[in-house]
Amino acid sequence: MRFRLTRLVILLAVLALAVPLTAEAQGKGTIKIATQSPLSGELAALGEGIKLGTQLAVEKFKAAVEKAGFKVELVPFDDQAKPDVGVANAKNIINDKDILAVIGHLNSGVAIPSSEVYKEVNLVMISPANTNPLITDRGLPNVNRVCGRDDVQGEVGARFAKDELKVKSVYIVHNKNQYGQGIAEYFQDTSKKLGVQVLGFEGTEERANFDPILTPIKAKNPDVIYFGGEYPQAAPMFRQAREKGIKAKFMGPDGLDSSELVKLGGDAVAGMHFTTVAGGVKEYPKAKEFADEYKKKFGKDPEPFAAQAYDATAVALKGLEAAIKEAGGKVPTREAVSKATRKVKYSGITGSIEFDDKGDPKKATYLIYQVGKDWKDNKLVKRLEIAAPAAKKQ
Amino acid sequence: MDWPLVLGILPQVVMDGLVLGFMYALIALGYTMVYGVLELINFAHSEIFMVGAFVGVEILLVLRAGGLLDPLNPFLVLLLIVLTGMLVSGLLAVAIERVAYRPLRSAPRLIPLISAIGVSFFLQDAVRLVESLWRNAFYLTYPSFPVFNKRIELGETVDFSVKSLLVIAASLMVLVALQFLVNRTRLGKAIRAVAEDQPTASLMGINVNRIISVTFLIGGAMGGAAGVLFGVQYNTVNPFTGFIPGIKAFTAAVLGGIGNIPGAMVGGLVLGLLEAFAASYLSLFTGGAFGAEYKDIFAFSILILILIFRPRGLLGEVVRERA
Repeated sequence: MRFRLTRLVILLAVLALAVPLTAEAQGKGTIKIATQSPLSGELAALGEGIKLGTQLAVEKFKAAVEKAGFKVELVPFDDQAKPDVGVANAKNIINDKDILAVIGHLNSGVAIPSSEVYKEVNLVMISPANTNPLITDRGLPNVNRVCGRDDVQGEVGARFAKDELKVKSVYIVHNKNQYGQGIAEYFQDTSKKLGVQVLGFEGTEERANFDPILTPIKAKNPDVIYFGGEYPQAAPMFRQAREKGIKAKFMGPDGLDSSELVKLGGDAVAGMHFTTVAGGVKEYPKAKEFADEYKKKFGKDPEPFAAQAYDATAVALKGLEAAIKEAGGKVPTREAVSKATRKVKYSGITGSIEFDDKGDPKKATYLIYQVGKDWKDNKLVKRLEIAAPAAKKQ
Repeated sequence: MDWPLVLGILPQVVMDGLVLGFMYALIALGYTMVYGVLELINFAHSEIFMVGAFVGVEILLVLRAGGLLDPLNPFLVLLLIVLTGMLVSGLLAVAIERVAYRPLRSAPRLIPLISAIGVSFFLQDAVRLVESLWRNAFYLTYPSFPVFNKRIELGETVDFSVKSLLVIAASLMVLVALQFLVNRTRLGKAIRAVAEDQPTASLMGINVNRIISVTFLIGGAMGGAAGVLFGVQYNTVNPFTGFIPGIKAFTAAVLGGIGNIPGAMVGGLVLGLLEAFAASYLSLFTGGAFGAEYKDIFAFSILILILIFRPRGLLGEVVRERA
């Protein structure tokens, strides 16, 4: 009995110590901005770019918020490109009262369930990279993005294939996740509408041996193979397709937009086309300074979506600034930050950003690239500015 | 149904399935060797396989960086990386046995199984760490050799690459060599004796620990060879490469009758063919309702059926002796 009592006393003592500590952390002192992106695993190259872009922006633009008497801090989370991890992180994020904005994610399949968690407390999320239409078509007041959408991107890709590459038939393969399958379907829909023959539509989670998938493709001999998904699968698949003697052209969406594509795919991917909503920083004249600073600080070139993350963070800080002003210099509520962010008009390094009433950018950039022998030699083939389509009734 | 297409690709699908099957068989032999002697499922075998694949790619990348890759004969280079991969993986397997299994030999059966899974995780992350520090990347690509990618045409509809042929040849060679080793040599006799009854074997003057080490050396070496050939065949490797082929090969070993050497070969081929058929034909036969993504479900359903009717596996009863 005596033993139990001592334990109880110790427990109480610990609690007593802990309570004032947390109370102090909740004070007016700090505002935190969280990032969620894959920092480990096969998509870590892109995910880290998002984190570093955000870090740079926080350092650059925090002055306005700090002037109002707050410390601004960055808290990076690793969502591992997995929905369950993203949601678990999101629960931790909403429980940290100091976090007033989230920059993320990389993968739509992770962003959609995680944003349902942010929604519970109306915590603002600005996505630098998520292109699935459902991100904004759910009409959540707290969810925004600074990039384009897959329904438009898929259509842009399919039109390009038909009009510029003059293809008559396509074979579509996707990776079965929300993003990959989604964009593959949009590509398919537009292709059918334009009278391009769709010879097959196939999903696979395979990572090594694409032989059994490629055999029917070879027999059907399409003009183009379109891969809806990301580079870790696309690169070996395209490489094996060439080795198998398939002559089709290759195409893909922004999931292929990483220097790793060339490293893994080699000669097989040289000359292929992909559509993207990000692209290299050299496409954005105003981003030159950002790219130099990034390289100086982190010792490497920014990956695609790093510049978008930088802009998304700048928008979040603008929103925070406005919300603080509105709250009379006190800590704003999460809801107020969400509302203020939606109203921000900002001229960023990737273009001017202004959200429509469901959180899509009023005008988004879509780029089509031809891959070079080296990632630096990629050629910009086409650049389009397109407004987001109105939300479809679900 | 598009019958000309279905029949037209049939020979190629069989070919794809055979290559994949021989690949599985080569890995499955490693599981079966160890199981035959110790009745232990060496779950770290998939990582021994992965380490072999990394040894291969590292040698190639170092050779390329030194400008030595192009002047050398590709077949010589292949021989070099296969042998080195075998050596490293074999020694690694021996070390794993020494550290993780031998101290637990008298423990209940589940305990070494758990330590095997532990070793497996450890190796995945160890390779990830080392490669991240060394190359700042852990997705590595095998440099391609035009000679190995050259395709041999058999008629109009089937062709296969030289490297697929290498996989098949290597698998068959290993199978024959193993059969010979186990059934015709003194060492093989000792291995069989240890498999039969360890205490008695040791009373007959057989050094049981040494025989078990040798078994791991052989099993690991085959895993290493399979890893290098896997890398050459499918180009990219990463620290988690081993997991899926490992699970499939283990399944193949069970399917053929675990502990049985020709059984591993048969099991691997059956599984490889099932997978290739499912991946190529499911969407054609169901009008796109089920696609290649269901290949594993299909293959494993058949596996369950076979095991319901033949619980000891396809060859589990025909050949009585264990490796």
